[in-house]
Amino acid sequence: MTDAAELRRRTKELLAAHPPATTERLDFLRARFDAGLAWVHYPEGLGGLAAPRSLQAVVDAELTAAGAPDNDPRRIGIGLGMAAPTILQYGTREQKQRLLRPLWTGEEVWCQLFSEPGAGSDLAALGTRAVREGEDWVVNGQKVWTSSAHLARWAILIARTDPDVPKHRGITYFVCDMTDPGVEVRPLRQITGEAEFNEVFLSDVRIPDSRRLGETGDGWRVAQTTLNNERVAIGGTAIPREGGMIGKIAATWRERPELRTHDLHQRLLGLWVEAEVARLTGVRLRQQLVAGQPGPEGAGMKLNFARLNQEISGLEVELLAEEGLLYEDWTMRRPEHVDFTGRDAGYRYLRSKGNSIEGGTSEVLLNIVAERVLGLPAEPRTDKDVAWKDLAR
Amino acid sequence: MSAQSEPGLLYSEEEEALRAAVRDLLTDHCDPAGVITRTESAGPHDVSLWKSLADSMGLAGLLIPEDLGGQGATHREAAVVLEELGRAVAPVPYLTSAVVATEALLACGADELLTELASATTIAVLAVGLHVAPGGAVPHVRLEAGRLHGELTGIADAAVADVLLVPADDGGLFAVGAADATVTPQVSLDLTRPVARVTLDGVSGHRLGDAEAAVRRALRAGAGLLASEQLGIADWLLTETVRYLKERKQFNRQVGGFQALKHRLAGLWLEVAGLRAAARNAADALATGEDTEVAVAVAQAYAGRVAVHAAEEALQLHGGIGMTWEHPVHLYLKRAKADSVAYGAAGTHRERLAELVDLRAP
Repeated sequence: MTDAAELRRRTKELLAAHPPATTERLDFLRARFDAGLAWVHYPEGLGGLAAPRSLQAVVDAELTAAGAPDNDPRRIGIGLGMAAPTILQYGTREQKQRLLRPLWTGEEVWCQLFSEPGAGSDLAALGTRAVREGEDWVVNGQKVWTSSAHLARWAILIARTDPDVPKHRGITYFVCDMTDPGVEVRPLRQITGEAEFNEVFLSDVRIPDSRRLGETGDGWRVAQTTLNNERVAIGGTAIPREGGMIGKIAATWRERPELRTHDLHQRLLGLWVEAEVARLTGVRLRQQLVAGQPGPEGAGMKLNFARLNQEISGLEVELLAEEGLLYEDWTMRRPEHVDFTGRDAGYRYLRSKGNSIEGGTSEVLLNIVAERVLGLPAEPRTDKDVAWKDLAR
Repeated sequence: MSAQSEPGLLYSEEEEALRAAVRDLLTDHCDPAGVITRTESAGPHDVSLWKSLADSMGLAGLLIPEDLGGQGATHREAAVVLEELGRAVAPVPYLTSAVVATEALLACGADELLTELASATTIAVLAVGLHVAPGGAVPHVRLEAGRLHGELTGIADAAVADVLLVPADDGGLFAVGAADATVTPQVSLDLTRPVARVTLDGVSGHRLGDAEAAVRRALRAGAGLLASEQLGIADWLLTETVRYLKERKQFNRQVGGFQALKHRLAGLWLEVAGLRAAARNAADALATGEDTEVAVAVAQAYAGRVAVHAAEEALQLHGGIGMTWEHPVHLYLKRAKADSVAYGAAGTHRERLAELVDLRAP
């Protein structure tokens, strides 16, 4: 049993053998992975020690105190949060050995090829085709809303391998090499002027069968692992009062009394109250998780977050009056990190429009709450027993 | 904003056990049909239910220290009781006597009366209109030659009070025997927490202490814990509406399967989840004394709209049956609407927040 004391001992050993001050960043990260201190809940030999996940904090605290470099998790979020758990659960021994170490160190960036122009909320209707040719699969299709595709070495990909069965059953999950000559990445410019995301065109991309994750035709089930981990990654983090969007407008209100009107005041106070209640709901959800009583509130957090971000940033543009007519910069840029509360009010207003679409639209989330929390009848399914090729499109 | 220690927003095992005991009692002795019948009688309050709650279960003394015969519990436990009373729209003077009047007496150090309240032999109500917010202007009676004269209106649960706590123009708070006053029921929107006019015509009273601080403290606790009652109301309405829409069939389908209705119910669930967090936060803040003013103002700036929205949605989604006197949804609508005025409407609490968190008016 690996306990906190044992982890502390191992961390000290790592630091003694590879002093951060005199060790190259990448060498340190590799050594940390090999010592099983990357993600302690992973198995031995794959960056972990099969220890309880909660003990990661012990290692992180020791390493931070010693000034050790980290793996810049914001840059490799898709790899860490989505690809890695899926590879761990469904990958072969060879796949795990080859892929997890450079994923964790950030040497190889990952992206996710799931959404398509014709498969958004109805992801399982996706039409990118993978056809078996000898030991390879030949893939053709188009993916969209792919962040980091222009930086990525690898992608997790779901594609249709059997069009003759109902949509959920004919999908297979692959690891796609983004350096394949058939992969073309084009920036997708958004209403903010910048391009956080890409379109990815796949033309006769050859993927060896050895890069399949899970069984042929079982890709939808494999993808659930990925998507469940996405929801964990997005879940509520602790924020202080006036954290997030409401803090920006509250600061402007205090600093710029000349902008105040009675109407804006009433609306600001109403939103302040709602933001505080949403924050408290998040605090309560986290306390439930810590107490081992996972509550259904999680499904609702994103609905609150999206609506409040949109309403608050919209009010902020009005508050700024003449300045609200301006926009910081329409230059096409490719930001490395997305900050919903960053830049100016106009940007916040436009970017927050995506909050009710990305990661599950608010309409789909309301269905989820109605069906899974309240137990109301599911939507009528006309597509359940229809072969994918016969679906309306 | 300064760093705050995190409030406890969950329910403890003891609180859940208390909830279960109160719910059992209410299930057996406070069914909706009985409450409707009672509202049409001369005595809308359920005195025997009050005796069970206050005396047998000892709940009248939750906030009263043990050395005065109370339970020495906190606002967190009282809040759980109020959630359950809200779920049943129970016509008992718990909020008015065991919370608001009790807080006023605690502020005055009125040990003798507190002992009587704890032993459930006496019901007391604060003779301040139910609509008055903490810190709001408080009407008072005249003190002339040691006698109290005047009229106060909108006094909730005065009809069953044994003792009235009356603010007078000398700045004092006086205990007056209800038998010495004239208590006239006013026809009330809320059938289960009716208000009354109190007339004092040269009555002698016992001066307990300064009215201003005592009334402010009492109304703040009332406002903060009212949010838990509103949570109970909203929670019952949502649960009952969901249950009914799974059962009700039209167009050869369960009505609850129509997406337009599912989305409305999911939205309502989200509001109720928010109210639960805000109400727990207010109860915890009253118990710990930390961040109390902001927590109470946030809860009351939010709770009224949610409880009323839940009642209005419940009525609409029940269709015609929801409009009948026979179906209990109107009891909840009337209580929810009256609660949205009680202890200050949402706008009053928002304006208080503007001062507390420094978001000043133009």
